[in-house]
Amino acid sequence: MRKVPRPPSLLGGRSQGRDTEDSSAFVLGAQRTGEFSDTDVPVTALGPPGWLLCSPASCVQYRLVVRDARTLQILQLYTCLDQIQYIEWSSDSLFILCAMYKRGVVQVWSLEQPDWHCKIDEGSAGLVASCWSPDGRHILNTTEFHLRITVWSLCTKSVSYIKYPKACQQGIAFTKDGRYMAVAERRDCKDFVSIFVCSDWQLLRHFDTETQDLFGIEWAPNGCVLAAWDTCLEYKILLYSLDGRLLSTYRAYEWSLGIKAIAWSPSSQFLAIGSYDEKVRILNHVTWKKITEFEHPATVASSKTIVYKEVEKSPSVETERLSFPPTRALASSLFSTQSKYDVSQVPVSLQHIKPVADRANPKMGIGMLAFSPDNCFLATKNDNIPNAVWIWDVQKLKLFVVLEQLCAVQSFQWDPRQPRLAVCTGNSKVYLWSPAGCVSVQVPMEGDFQIVSLSWHCSGDSVALLSKDNFCVCYLEREEVK
Amino acid sequence: MGDWKTITVPVLSSDSKNIFHYTSEKKISPPSMNSQVLRLPLPSSKNMHSFFSAFCTEENIEQSISYLNRELTTLGFPSIYAESKGQELNLISIINCMNELLVLQHKNLRAQEEVEMQHLKLGSDMDHLQNCYAKLKEQLELSKREIVGLQERDRQLQSKNRNLHQLLKTEKDEVQKLQNIISSRATQYNHDMKRKEREYNKLKERLHQLVMNKKDKKIAMEVLNYVGRADGKRGAWRTDKTEARNEEEMYKVLLSDYEQRQKQLLVENAELKKVLQQMKKEIILLLPPQKQKPKERSEDGLVLSDPEEDIGELNKENMWELSCETVREQLTNSIRKQWRMLKNHVEKLDNQVSRVHSGTLNEKDVISREDHELETEKLELEIQQCKEMIKTQQQLLQQLMSPCDDDTTLLLQDCYLLEERERLQEEWRLFREQKKNFEKERRSFTEAAIRLGLERKAFEEDRGAWLKQQFLSMSTDYKHSENVTTPSAFLGSCDQDNRLVKSTSQRKPPCMLSGPVSAEPCQTSQYITRNSSSAASKKPAGDSKPNQWVESDKEETE
Repeated sequence: MRKVPRPPSLLGGRSQGRDTEDSSAFVLGAQRTGEFSDTDVPVTALGPPGWLLCSPASCVQYRLVVRDARTLQILQLYTCLDQIQYIEWSSDSLFILCAMYKRGVVQVWSLEQPDWHCKIDEGSAGLVASCWSPDGRHILNTTEFHLRITVWSLCTKSVSYIKYPKACQQGIAFTKDGRYMAVAERRDCKDFVSIFVCSDWQLLRHFDTETQDLFGIEWAPNGCVLAAWDTCLEYKILLYSLDGRLLSTYRAYEWSLGIKAIAWSPSSQFLAIGSYDEKVRILNHVTWKKITEFEHPATVASSKTIVYKEVEKSPSVETERLSFPPTRALASSLFSTQSKYDVSQVPVSLQHIKPVADRANPKMGIGMLAFSPDNCFLATKNDNIPNAVWIWDVQKLKLFVVLEQLCAVQSFQWDPRQPRLAVCTGNSKVYLWSPAGCVSVQVPMEGDFQIVSLSWHCSGDSVALLSKDNFCVCYLEREEVK
Repeated sequence: MGDWKTITVPVLSSDSKNIFHYTSEKKISPPSMNSQVLRLPLPSSKNMHSFFSAFCTEENIEQSISYLNRELTTLGFPSIYAESKGQELNLISIINCMNELLVLQHKNLRAQEEVEMQHLKLGSDMDHLQNCYAKLKEQLELSKREIVGLQERDRQLQSKNRNLHQLLKTEKDEVQKLQNIISSRATQYNHDMKRKEREYNKLKERLHQLVMNKKDKKIAMEVLNYVGRADGKRGAWRTDKTEARNEEEMYKVLLSDYEQRQKQLLVENAELKKVLQQMKKEIILLLPPQKQKPKERSEDGLVLSDPEEDIGELNKENMWELSCETVREQLTNSIRKQWRMLKNHVEKLDNQVSRVHSGTLNEKDVISREDHELETEKLELEIQQCKEMIKTQQQLLQQLMSPCDDDTTLLLQDCYLLEERERLQEEWRLFREQKKNFEKERRSFTEAAIRLGLERKAFEEDRGAWLKQQFLSMSTDYKHSENVTTPSAFLGSCDQDNRLVKSTSQRKPPCMLSGPVSAEPCQTSQYITRNSSSAASKKPAGDSKPNQWVESDKEETE
């Protein structure tokens, strides 16, 4: 007997306790940028694994704030040259990269040595993107107009250039082990892929892809297969081996808008391809043929599917708990609508948007999809049906759960440690689903806190929730701790 | 009345027999007779008189008689003249003829009636058919109109269809055109894109040269001090060696991946093999050893036994690592064989089970047997009841039926009798009517006869007186010749009269009864009147005649 909805097992009681501010599960970790400027773009990054504290770093205008992930106490404070537009932790959490695209400058800070500094100036070439190499000692800067990619080393004075990078959504891909990097290139109106060895930036393979207009490349988690897919005008995905051999080509159909997003399963066993025809096709890693097809119809008819529907409920105020002056959390809870999940009886028809046919990039098709870390589930979102998250059982290759939200789903991410999905819908709630059930959690904060993005801590113990100008961290406690 | 019937019916029948006889004879006669017969109108006394008066007058009586005779003889009747006496009429034959003629007439009338009835019927049938015909014609018209309408609609639809086809064609053409346009646009677009991209590339190249070759001082990295590598190693120079090493490493990665996959596959295979092996073992255990095994052994001989042994050996030394093809084949083959055996066995068992099932059921259903028996008893009781019911019903039906049968037969008989009776009564009525008429006429006739007798008497007396006067006055024979002829004539007429009276007296009353009522008395009266008229100036036949008539009447009434 399934008892739904029920909070996930790891979601402790503390997350709902609002007795005192101290015991709140949510700690407001960022100053409101309104204090400084209205045009600020706050950038937050959670530290990668390997770093004890796994600090969240946030930047406010010129300043970079590094806090302890547990206590959110400020560890370091750096001041940059210009307004920070992008920050990224190095893989070993020793350095933080702050990109100021407007200035064409990247500044790197060391957490261990606060007075160590590094400034990379791209000069007149400009800067549009910057990222760490997997080893955390190199920075890859993409110049304006995708003229080249400059690889700066923090160890030596050497600088490498990669010419003709292709201006596409996912033009650089590193293998999970960080050994190899694939770069999409465009020369003489043809697409190429170059594979580099990350240790010394030596070109390993260079081959052309049979694509009209390469749109993205993605390594399989095992680092042996590279998926390259064509622009959305054509449904075409190509699979290359590490040594540049074409393993397989897959085309589901022609003459229609094609691939929108892809996702590798963590085991590299499956490749899920979301396309504009509102379907997810799953290829296997042996024959690279389609195993199955997941449709996303507006009506869920199968009785084996559980449909969780988010419903609003007015908060019940316990009068004896009311105190004067009311605590912040209580006040926020009083003035925000709460919601909970109901199990809908199938068949359920979901809210469906008819996409505008004569606009580019129509809002339809599978735009988001992600496998759970244990390979068991696949979460997808059909842009036609923006309020729903579909969770598929990969073992049975069947639709398992549908979460129907009140608002359009903005983002979702799997807990890196267990099959637990966090969803945000642009309001002040975070939604968590696990096979045991799902729960809606209100951010205990005054005013509006519209979560547009979320990011799990690598331990799976906390989630950073980002709104436009705030961020907060939601801590999920383990059962034994309770 | 009953007496009458009993008397009259046989006579009638005899007569009718006679008539049949005649008619059968007359069938050969030419159609002129028929026409004559048919021509005879239903006689109403007045018409009759006029007709006959037209046909026969005092002047042509002889000729008419002869004519009649001729006609009758041609029609197969006996001559109306007495054979011996030449011109003398044979009254009996005349009367017979007449009677037969009348019978014939009657019959013909009846036939005519029937024919008329039939005609009517046929007429009505005809009408009906004509109505039907008219109706059908109408229907035909209607259907024709409908057909025309449908054809019109069909035509319209066809034209519509044609139009639609045309439209479809145009649409298709349009689509084709659009597709062509699209493809041409696409090619154009691609071409333009390429051109633009080339231009863009050129620009990029130029920009690259401009930006990069200027020795832009701004492009720089300011680092406080270089940090060590994450792995602690020192950066190596890029040489051919490193290239080869990279290549090697790449292949190593690939190899390790493949190895891993192979290992996974091996594990999977081993699992499957284990399952197969287990299955095989279980099948062997399952199969009855006395039946299949020897058979298989004898069939396959060494082939099956050897691999089994081999497998057995292999099993000991962990055969899973040896994915040798021969072993695999043997294993799969043997498994297949075993499986087939098992299948056969299971099928056999199924058959047996299905066969035995009925038997076992009875054995098994000991508990339900009582119920079953109870049920059967109940059902039997019910059947008994039903049977009884049916029986009683049948009896009732029979009771109803048997009297009904008698009744019906009786009724039928009665019906027939009634019909007959009615027919007879009808005839009887007719007959009585005829008789009445006849009597009426006879009465008039007797009256006339009496009158005639009286007149004759007066005449006789006159004659007597006249003869006496003559005789007395006649002294001389100056008028002798005249006197000779008259008595002769008188004597002849008297004889004739006598004969006539005789014949009438001799006539059988049934004959008169059966014959046509109206014509006969008329004719007799005619004869009488003729006689009387012819012998009006002559001596009357005598007083005995009326008496005879009366006597005959008396006979009749008796």
